[in-house]
Amino acid sequence: MSNPDNLKYTSSHEWVKTEADGTISIGITQHAQELLGDMVFVETPAVGRKLKAKEECTVVESVKAAADVYAPVNGEVIAVNSDLDSSPEAINEDPYAAWMFKMKPDNAADVDALLDADAYQAVVDSEAH
Amino acid sequence: MGAKMVDFGGWDMPVNYGSQIEEHHQVRNDVGMFDVCHMRVVDVKGADVRVFLRYLLANNVDKLTLPGKALYSTMLLENGGVIDDLIVYFMSEDWFRIVVNAGTADKDIAWMKKQAALHAPQLDVSDRPELAMIAVQGPNARAKVWEALPGSQELTEKLIPFSAVEMGTMFIARTGYTGEDGFEIMIPAKAAPFFWVTLAENGVKPIGLGARDTLRLEAGMNLYGQDMDESVNPLESGLAWTVDLTSPRDFIGKTALLANPPVNKLAGLVLLDRGVLRGHQKVHTAHGIGEITSGSFSPTLEKSIALARLPKEVAIGDTVQVEIRDKMLNAQVVKYPFARNGKGLI
Repeated sequence: MSNPDNLKYTSSHEWVKTEADGTISIGITQHAQELLGDMVFVETPAVGRKLKAKEECTVVESVKAAADVYAPVNGEVIAVNSDLDSSPEAINEDPYAAWMFKMKPDNAADVDALLDADAYQAVVDSEAH
Repeated sequence: MGAKMVDFGGWDMPVNYGSQIEEHHQVRNDVGMFDVCHMRVVDVKGADVRVFLRYLLANNVDKLTLPGKALYSTMLLENGGVIDDLIVYFMSEDWFRIVVNAGTADKDIAWMKKQAALHAPQLDVSDRPELAMIAVQGPNARAKVWEALPGSQELTEKLIPFSAVEMGTMFIARTGYTGEDGFEIMIPAKAAPFFWVTLAENGVKPIGLGARDTLRLEAGMNLYGQDMDESVNPLESGLAWTVDLTSPRDFIGKTALLANPPVNKLAGLVLLDRGVLRGHQKVHTAHGIGEITSGSFSPTLEKSIALARLPKEVAIGDTVQVEIRDKMLNAQVVKYPFARNGKGLI
């Protein structure tokens, strides 16, 4: 599965989708879910929490490991995807649909400055050995 | 096979070929095969092997009376610490076969040779690294092996659990590390790839180390290096059943075990809150602090489970608190195994 062109990415393997109202949805990439394997638990941040870019705010646990998910930019958590409580496997099945939380970014320009699909693919390729 | 490889004690091992949970269910409900070349075979041959092993191992090889019969045991240091856990097969009075963990094989063999030199210099202790091992496990494992290996059915149909038989250059044992029926098959390494492919052609799916770990955890089987090691004794590791303290025989570590009654025990945990139990998490009990030795998600129970070393006063049914990141989550102390023979037991 290739990385959708309409999304932004981080080098820590989050994808970021800008919604029509300027808020953003965040999930983890195909590459990240493949590395982690079968997801069994997601712990999302509290709505209203103010986050700094690169701050740990969500934990995803697969059968084999726990991993942190980081805020892509500065902003406030405005929603979390509680469907993942009962079906964390949605992250494996369709990682680009399984958003974990939504934020209102402090600056829209911060989102524009994130990686595009090609730049993210270069990060993934450079991590492969 | 699209395997995800990982370094496991110096071995490149497949963690999973596809979904780890699917692989797990595949073994509980049908059949799967494991590349377990990370186990090592050691043959001990010569006069009076039994007398030597009576002293070397914590379990009593006198329980082995029928040729081919196997016994699970620990091998202890003088201070009672666990050097390794192993399976010993009685083949004849001058040949016992021992299977140890590859990660500890070199120190195990050095220890065996040192003890043999001191107490039974007539014995030959030899490492058999040219033997590979493939485990075929699951309710349909034996039938699949019989299909893939002509002549094996006649030889192994009546093989009782925890015993083995030779078939040419192969050694077929009705043992495993999953809580399911099946075989562990030792085969010359040169012939192993062909056998693997033959099993695959007969519909046996390869299973990675990830599912191997959740299967053995559900089955309540210890993993060396996690649930016990040289710093703890078997009586605090859920292995009292493998230590024979009743017979008058002496064995290495016995004096230390008798002098130091256990203050901890290994217990099962089932997480009541949402999350995943993992090794090294702290467990708060009414009787003091304990620690998880192995934890994961149980695909059979669809809950998180763990083995934990807890103060011995903690009882089955108690609720304890596990420290996970910045939270205290509730878990219940249970009797394990958690699942075997295709079924959850909790």
